[in-house]
Amino acid sequence: MSTNKEAWGTRVGLILAMAGNAVGLGNFLRFPVQAVQNGGGAFIIPYFVCFLLMGIPLLLIEWSTGRFGGKFGNHSTPYILDTMAKGRLWKYIGVFGIFTNIAVAAYYCYIESWTISYVFHSLFGTFSGKSQAEVATFFTQYIDVMHSTTGIPFEAIVVYILCLALNTYILSRGLRGVENVAKIGMPLLIFFGIVLALRGLTLGTSGATELHPTANAWDGINFLWTPQFDSLTNPKVWLAAAGQIFFTLSVGMGTVHCYAAYLKTKDDIALNAVSAGFMNEFVEVVLGSMVVIPIAAGYLGLDWVKENAGFGMAFQTMPYLFQQWGSLFAVIAGVMWFGLLFFAGITSSLAMGTPWMGFMQDEFNWKREKSAYSFGLIVLLMGLPTVIFYQQGVFDEYDYWAGTVSLVVFALLETIVFAWIFGINRGWAEINAGADIRIPQFYKFVIKYITPLLLLFVFLGSLLTPLGNDWQAALSGLFSGNGWLLDNSSIIKQITNAALYEQLAAATDVAQIAALKSKIFFVNLARTFLILLFLGICVIVYIAYKKRVKEGRNTL
Amino acid sequence: MNTSALITMILVQVPVTIVTIYFFLKVLRTPPRAEPDSYIDNDDVPR
Repeated sequence: MSTNKEAWGTRVGLILAMAGNAVGLGNFLRFPVQAVQNGGGAFIIPYFVCFLLMGIPLLLIEWSTGRFGGKFGNHSTPYILDTMAKGRLWKYIGVFGIFTNIAVAAYYCYIESWTISYVFHSLFGTFSGKSQAEVATFFTQYIDVMHSTTGIPFEAIVVYILCLALNTYILSRGLRGVENVAKIGMPLLIFFGIVLALRGLTLGTSGATELHPTANAWDGINFLWTPQFDSLTNPKVWLAAAGQIFFTLSVGMGTVHCYAAYLKTKDDIALNAVSAGFMNEFVEVVLGSMVVIPIAAGYLGLDWVKENAGFGMAFQTMPYLFQQWGSLFAVIAGVMWFGLLFFAGITSSLAMGTPWMGFMQDEFNWKREKSAYSFGLIVLLMGLPTVIFYQQGVFDEYDYWAGTVSLVVFALLETIVFAWIFGINRGWAEINAGADIRIPQFYKFVIKYITPLLLLFVFLGSLLTPLGNDWQAALSGLFSGNGWLLDNSSIIKQITNAALYEQLAAATDVAQIAALKSKIFFVNLARTFLILLFLGICVIVYIAYKKRVKEGRNTL
Repeated sequence: MNTSALITMILVQVPVTIVTIYFFLKVLRTPPRAEPDSYIDNDDVPR
């Protein structure tokens, strides 16, 4: 029998932990960039359509399957899925729910470690007096493991290990540790977000300088919110919106299942799921849209934002912008901004540890400390290559396969299991058992038909992304007999490293050729690590299965 | 700020804020279930 006797302290703690799991760095960095790149205000229409037709249903599915699995003492997806469907295959599909978390935690903790480091650099005034280029260079130097910004040798690795150790320690305290971090982190995150958003809203033209005389924060807000309805007919915008909903809610990972597995059947999941989901939306749509883009446009102008909007702005640009607020407020804003990103990160990375821990406690009677330390060790082994070979593309490779493709695949499969194999009637009863709110009957239809189709659309859209992401040209090309030309960003072309080989074929410089060959090597190495991790977890699940058979507690 | 951007922003942000607060308040105001429930802080006897 499982030694896992963990439980949530309070309902609010659970909702904050679940919202913390969903709220991540992407709420502040990915959402505004996606909106800017996909039609500004018009992006919000497909975004909310996808939230209602894919996000909410997936949350309901994952909360209810998690609670259902918990009834049988299962707290991670391999045996949660196994309890829902006959056949030996499903527990191996459930491996995604552990694999994704370990692989994502491996590189996510690295970003988290940057936020810790940047909090201290902000506090000690490292960015004071630095130009925009110098602040950007500081980041590239930081991620070079041979370089130290503080005198600590191998600083990036040391901070990464400290960050991972912090995560592991909190996880070793069990759900109570996770809940306590969420109870402190989420209110602070929202408070920091509100303060920075108010600054973004009130900046106006006060940040204009001789170098950027037309800089205006309102231009950024205008650009983000002015509807461009013609973009609604572009499948690329819909795919981007669906993708954003996916990543922002942390669905398809296995963490929601794990958290919900500690609930009893008579306790609500419907209101909990919707409340946590909307809390994430508030942080993303209300706060996330009001920080990076307005502040950057307020100091550097809209043209700069359009050209440079991206993840790197958080570390390469924001510290410079905060310096324009005077030395004291630069420190306060820096601590708030990187503190906010840290809390967004740690509440998510802690969630990633729980499926592995739940599995080892359930199947092998491991104590939670042992489970937590083993998680930390595996993440360290998987994560060090992302730190050391960051510039060789290992980090991006993990992000693409584990943090993007795996989520879509697993969400699609779990939706099919829930709606079509477990059965929508049983599934609907699970969702409504103990519910404190009435979910509209319409959602039964949505979960059975619309959500799987939307997920299939997202998967096929990623698998077969047309050249230049131009769907209209690709469709007309297909019907006129010219075939379907794939973009290098499509999954199929990614598998074959098409973009890298094209660059290699075009390269004439010896150094460039060597660099490309090295990158191909590291990309393949990263994939090998990921495959080995997945297969390793499959083997552990198989051993658990044999153990269950031996103990006479075999599954369906 | 132009009018269409302002309208879009208000039409999105105000409902999202209201719905978020509404659901969270509903969570806070819903009385707990009879013991044994899923949460340990309100247990009479520690587990």
